[in-house]
Amino acid sequence: MLPLISSWIVQLLLGLGLLTIAVLSLLKVYRYTHSQLVLQKSLVNRINRALPQTQCGQCGHPGCLPYARAISLGEASNKCPPGGEETILELAELLNEPLRGLDPAHGEFRDFSVAVIREDECIGCTKCIQACPVDAILGGPKRMHTVIASECTGCDLCVEPCPVDCIDMVASKPQQYSLMRPGLAGMDKARS
Amino acid sequence: MSVLTQIASKLFGADPIFARSTPGGVHTDAFKQHSLRSRIMSTPIPQQLTIPIGDPKTNTITLLVKPGQRVRKYQQLASIVSLANDHSSIAVHAPTSGIVTHFEMAAVADHRQQEQMCVWLQTDGQDEALVLEGVSEFSSLSPAQITTKIRDAGIIGMGGAGFPTADKLSSAENFDIDLLIINAAECEPYISADEALIRERAAQTLLGAEILRRACSASRVIITIEDSKPDAIEALRDTLASRGSIAIDCTIVLVPSKYPAGSEKQLIHCVSGIEIPSGQFPVQSGILVQNIGSAYAVYEAIVEGKPCVSRITTLCGETLQTPKNFEVLIGTPVSFLFDLCGIEKALTHRSVVGGSLMGRELPNDEAAVCKTTNCLIAAGPGDFPAPTQEQACIRCGYCADACPVKLLPQQLLAFSKTRSHSALLDHGLLDCIECGACDYVCPSHIPLVSIYKESKNSLMARRQDADCSEHWQLRFQQHQFRLKKDKDQSLARKANSKKSETKTEAPEPSKSIQLKQEFFSKDKASREIAAAVARVKARRSENAPGGSKALKDKPPE
Repeated sequence: MLPLISSWIVQLLLGLGLLTIAVLSLLKVYRYTHSQLVLQKSLVNRINRALPQTQCGQCGHPGCLPYARAISLGEASNKCPPGGEETILELAELLNEPLRGLDPAHGEFRDFSVAVIREDECIGCTKCIQACPVDAILGGPKRMHTVIASECTGCDLCVEPCPVDCIDMVASKPQQYSLMRPGLAGMDKARS
Repeated sequence: MSVLTQIASKLFGADPIFARSTPGGVHTDAFKQHSLRSRIMSTPIPQQLTIPIGDPKTNTITLLVKPGQRVRKYQQLASIVSLANDHSSIAVHAPTSGIVTHFEMAAVADHRQQEQMCVWLQTDGQDEALVLEGVSEFSSLSPAQITTKIRDAGIIGMGGAGFPTADKLSSAENFDIDLLIINAAECEPYISADEALIRERAAQTLLGAEILRRACSASRVIITIEDSKPDAIEALRDTLASRGSIAIDCTIVLVPSKYPAGSEKQLIHCVSGIEIPSGQFPVQSGILVQNIGSAYAVYEAIVEGKPCVSRITTLCGETLQTPKNFEVLIGTPVSFLFDLCGIEKALTHRSVVGGSLMGRELPNDEAAVCKTTNCLIAAGPGDFPAPTQEQACIRCGYCADACPVKLLPQQLLAFSKTRSHSALLDHGLLDCIECGACDYVCPSHIPLVSIYKESKNSLMARRQDADCSEHWQLRFQQHQFRLKKDKDQSLARKANSKKSETKTEAPEPSKSIQLKQEFFSKDKASREIAAAVARVKARRSENAPGGSKALKDKPPE
């Protein structure tokens, strides 16, 4: 046995074998972690798609994508008031979790509303412009500001910074970005 | 062998005599014989007409008359452009002469809408009409001219869906139309308007079909009619045989009398064997379907030059003494028609627009007849028994057998109750034609169709939310990109200024830059904000109603 191992050919072969095993196992580890990362990423994407994208931060995260990441890492999925029951239901279905009600610590369900600036009271301080996550407020320093209603997500973030409290949240309907799509157009309803 | 193939091709080939059988469907009692006993009657002119012009939420309405203006019969009152499709427009004309009093929302007898904007017309009984110009030699007209004339006449699908006929024709321009189907398969119980129309005015409807064929340049025309209407079939065949002067090249195909044979996609499958894919329109497969009532209206519009101001509506139901088909002016109140038929009000417990399966209860008896009102039922207890208590689904599977679209109504019900939107989409809820066949056969009396309608609405809302959130996400990403760009730029500016400081003595800032710096300096900004806050607070504390006025009066600073 010993003389066999001491032979240089056998040593070379053994060495090569060990090297191959090492390389293959490293590859395996890499592929496993990579696939996990991809899974994680696609899960984040799917969660993000279920979130309403108002970017309001009521969940305690700066935007919807960070919250989606947090959910994928195990945070509770019932912290999104603007999404309504539908979002909670969809997330519970996606994550295979039992259905829970909205966490009251993060607000309550509300009808969709948009911010409206009472323009004769605006002093042009630009603070709301800096707070708006979707650039839906128009205005310049010492000039009157206004909200572009069709772009407003109703996130409420501009109300707090306003020094003269001239921003109201007014109930509204979300903008319809696609009015009609095939299949729902009703043309194929029974009878011509 | 060749004889056999000839026979086979004659029976089931390109121009079949017999239709193929289609999946699903229910066999119902027709209840049509009562209203078919008498001929089509025209009504006297009611005192007041409320002419529906459309829903202002989804349409742009252009009014062409003013309140107090006197209008004559056939004068155009308004034109409506849909918000979803700005090429489509519908014209509305005065059904008789009179004075326009006002415009107001009013109840209409329609399948889908409760209320529409209406023109209120006080009639004067003189029926003074504009002079009409018809084109009897319609072969001289080009397809585009025919489509324009149809659009100007305000013709919409008379079967119930109410899709503008001219829009259908112009959507067909982009496709090579092989087959035009004139749909006379009026499969829903109680409705007999099309049958009455064919019995009495077969020649005109066939001419209308010919005009439609020219408008869409179809190579073949098929008229589909149910095999349970021998009088109407006879009338069509006689007219086809006797008309030698104008060659009308069309085939009559008998479809089995089961509900819903007249539904567009089912009818196409039945006649041609082609199944229209989900989410597509028949024109994409080279097939155009038009209702026979529309064909008659097209005849009137082209040959007589008459816009669509009346339609044939069936009045029936247990509590009417003389049920019949009326040629009704658009805008006539339903109660006026019921009174003409001798309604026994004490016995009527529901009044319904449409047939017994897809019909809808009327909001009130003053609702106005609109262009899609094909049937009005004054139902007694014998027509529609009182709704029975809903019971649990027993999984009998009758609904799946009855569904003409081959959906699984039980599964859809379960998913609707748990609001599993993705599962509903996977099971094809959007292909449901809301025919009500599953409702009809359900032994547990579950109102399936209304549940599906609700689910469809919530799916629609969900889809809109998804569109919104996609848009907002994009805006948020752009916002973040902008912030990053601003930060980078300011960093670069700082680095540049540092470099220049080390190189040369910093030049004395010019006066304008000084001023600017002062303007933007933090101190000054915060001072000004504080001043503004104080101003607003002072004004608030005054609590005067003319607060904003006071601000305006102040000279600008």
